[in-house]
Amino acid sequence: MSPSGAEVLRQIKSRIEEVDPSVVREQVSNGAVVIDVREAEEWSTGHIPGATHVPKSYLESRIEGAAPDRDQHVILYCQSGNRSAWAARTLIEDLGYENVESMTGGITLWKDRGYEVEQPRTLTAEQRDRYSRHLLLPEVGIEGQQKLLDAKVLLLGAGGLGSPTALYLAAAGVGTLGIVDDDTVDLSNLQRQVIHSSERVGMPKVDSAEETIKALNPDVEVRKYQVRLGPENIMDILPGYDIVVDGLDNFPTRYLLNDASVRLQIPVVSAAILGFEGQLSVFKPYDGPCYRCLFPVPPPAELAPSCGANGVLGVLPGTMGLLQATEVIKLILGEGEPLIGRLLMYDALAARVTEVKVRRDPDCAICSRHPEEIADEELGVFPDYEAFCAGAH
Amino acid sequence: MATIRIPPVLRAAVGGEKELSAEGDSVGEILRSVVDSHPETQSQLFSGDGGLNRYVNVYLNDEDVRVLDGLETAVGSGDTLVILPAMAGGAA
Repeated sequence: MSPSGAEVLRQIKSRIEEVDPSVVREQVSNGAVVIDVREAEEWSTGHIPGATHVPKSYLESRIEGAAPDRDQHVILYCQSGNRSAWAARTLIEDLGYENVESMTGGITLWKDRGYEVEQPRTLTAEQRDRYSRHLLLPEVGIEGQQKLLDAKVLLLGAGGLGSPTALYLAAAGVGTLGIVDDDTVDLSNLQRQVIHSSERVGMPKVDSAEETIKALNPDVEVRKYQVRLGPENIMDILPGYDIVVDGLDNFPTRYLLNDASVRLQIPVVSAAILGFEGQLSVFKPYDGPCYRCLFPVPPPAELAPSCGANGVLGVLPGTMGLLQATEVIKLILGEGEPLIGRLLMYDALAARVTEVKVRRDPDCAICSRHPEEIADEELGVFPDYEAFCAGAH
Repeated sequence: MATIRIPPVLRAAVGGEKELSAEGDSVGEILRSVVDSHPETQSQLFSGDGGLNRYVNVYLNDEDVRVLDGLETAVGSGDTLVILPAMAGGAA
């Protein structure tokens, strides 16, 4: 007659080394590899700090990722100390590990002793499905997706550039999207502003954008600012955001944004478009140049195309807006080489990308100083552009 | 002969061209040669004292000529000068 499961377990426990939680606690800091062999749902309720998760059902195929050397000191634990005993036997007898122990009493005893437990953050089943193509990328993974979900990005404008940027950032799971736009949807916008739609003509752009974003991804919190960004509200809106996406259509606000973002040390992913051409750069305060390092003074009205309506190829803000979205995601993840200290120029007709270096100006009126030295009344100091533009027409 | 890339806002002043070629051994000589052929660009590129306007950046290949030798920067025949005025336009 075959022995019972309990009898086999008793025999296994007599053949392997068991170790008390108090010893495990010391061994963690001595370089032992501590492995949690429970199921994913159990791991997500809390685990020993510093432990690696290798479910018992994947032990044979994944153990080498956690403990590549057969002579490494490996401590296994589970909920109560039984599954880890089975797993220890597998490592020793089937896989040739030489220094394996199973923790007595499992995490239940560990917790009873009052030892520290780490609570891992997890994605819901729906999120794991929604973001599965991100999770498959080592550069993103669960940790990166959590960063995206935690990120707060402010979009200045839900127009040509802001539309594609908002759509893709929402799809990527950027958790909070602020949108500043005081305009309403116009039929002439729809040639490029793909976040809006024909039946929403006349609707405030922030409301239209929110509807589209919510339909695309309910994980995203949309914060609406139906105002025109100006000196009177910028210091109320910007604080708390991790990154600002600038699709501003005029110079005075660009300078205002620059000065405020330097003072608040918030990176700005900036793009501009005209006709068939676009520019893109990332201004990360004190890490690279600011907008005033690049252009210390604005051009006169006749060289400032933003003063009047200009033609633009509808797809161009899509191209530039998605390059912005890409830079935003790189900054959130801390991956790749962001476009800091570089300016990219895209010529759609020539299908040509040109890049130039942007240097930090040691004498920059704004970013050569400490942020706290930049006073409210200095933000966006600029010639009277409205009068300027009026004169140009 | 160096190549000069003309940005959209300056194209009207050069007869709509996106690129020009000009003779000269330095950034200053080349830009003045552009101005000689297209006088409307004078006030857009140069300030009253003959220096570059501060709202226009000029790059020799990918480097700002201000961190090189400014208008005195030597230019070879295969080099490209990129003129970059500030641009705004989110196509609101």
